[in-house]
Amino acid sequence: MPEQHTAEDRTDPRQEVAAFLRERREQIAQRWADAAVFRTVFTVSRDEAVEAGRAVVEALAAVAASGRIEDLEADGFAVVREQLARTAHARARAGATTGQISAEMEALRPPVTELLLDELSGAPADHVRECTTVLAVLMGTLRLVMLETTTVAGQDLINRQRLEMLEIATPVIKLWEGIVAVPLIGTLDSARSQVVMETLLDAIVEQHARIAILDITGVPTVDSLVAQHLMKTVAAARLMGAECIVSGIRPAIAQTIVHLGIDLSSILTRASLADALAYALQQQGAHIVPSSGPVVEPR
Amino acid sequence: MTHTESVSARLPLTSDLDLVRARQHVRQMTAELGFSLVEQTKLVTAASELARNALVHGGGGRMECAEVTDGGVRGLRLVFSDDGPGIADLDQALSDGYTSGEGLGMGLPGARRLVHEFSVDSARGRGTTVTVTSWVARPPRPREGS
Repeated sequence: MPEQHTAEDRTDPRQEVAAFLRERREQIAQRWADAAVFRTVFTVSRDEAVEAGRAVVEALAAVAASGRIEDLEADGFAVVREQLARTAHARARAGATTGQISAEMEALRPPVTELLLDELSGAPADHVRECTTVLAVLMGTLRLVMLETTTVAGQDLINRQRLEMLEIATPVIKLWEGIVAVPLIGTLDSARSQVVMETLLDAIVEQHARIAILDITGVPTVDSLVAQHLMKTVAAARLMGAECIVSGIRPAIAQTIVHLGIDLSSILTRASLADALAYALQQQGAHIVPSSGPVVEPR
Repeated sequence: MTHTESVSARLPLTSDLDLVRARQHVRQMTAELGFSLVEQTKLVTAASELARNALVHGGGGRMECAEVTDGGVRGLRLVFSDDGPGIADLDQALSDGYTSGEGLGMGLPGARRLVHEFSVDSARGRGTTVTVTSWVARPPRPREGS
């Protein structure tokens, strides 16, 4: 049995919908708990999903009551914005596209519409139409709020991955006492080469390195800009008292550099990382000798 | 007689990411056409230089790729164009070590040495168009003047 409303309340479909949402909160939340967007995120218990659904219904009721059903910034949404963002983030991490999330949010509408039509059975057709329109607009706004947080979450993810790429792409490896190596992989654009230079110079200080090896086996293209970055890095390392060796120059790259006309003769280069390491060890006064031959016991 | 089959791709050159895409596209096309690894690397490197020129000096532009044939020999033609300030002195721009910016000054002359055919069309205020072509196996040419 619905509560009694004043005649004025009943004439405003937004108030009507707000009242309906409050009264049927439990029922709606129960139905939503089985919808994909709630079920897949709140996997621990169904109660959790129901609880989340309740919060969203309450927010919708508050927005409807305030009359700002098309306003993404309506106060009512503020309460659930964080929860929606977490849900969107979880769905995105699980591999759902923005389109899928949008469809999942759209799927929340039919169960509520059904309940609303039940509630309004016997009411004048005009009134029913107005109320369902309000509900549709409201659910559409909710979907937009959700998608807005998805976009923000997606952008955050991209930014984080970009930063991670910058970091993980340039590990400095200690090969021996006083010898460090940087395996360069991928495109050496200006941002990457700046990070390479900084991490290498830091490592030279930290490891007391006398020799630094820049291995470019994983760099697909060495054009004049990449060559210039390499030369600058070598020059900076030299100023820090470390000798730099560029290794991993493949035959095709070597011929290309020659045709391009870049003079790398001021840089010590080796064909492979192994050659560079052998040279570096020799410079350090260490020698690699084969362990063959009988080991003579002392005495 | 050189026969252009069709422009297979038209890529924008408006950001660093576009340069990566342009290089990857040229690398893939040269591999499909059967270029040797050295020739692939040369053309990709030339494309990298010219695409960066269009981006840095021309304020952005585009690259067009087309497969070409000449007497049964297949090749790849790349056209880089921009609507930038253009090159006032082509001879100077094509000489080693001359730079209008902070580069090594090897981009344009270097790219010229990396490809089989090279032409520049530019004048101050008219933008710049660089056309380069490389062949899978360079067709033998009769020695001129003999």
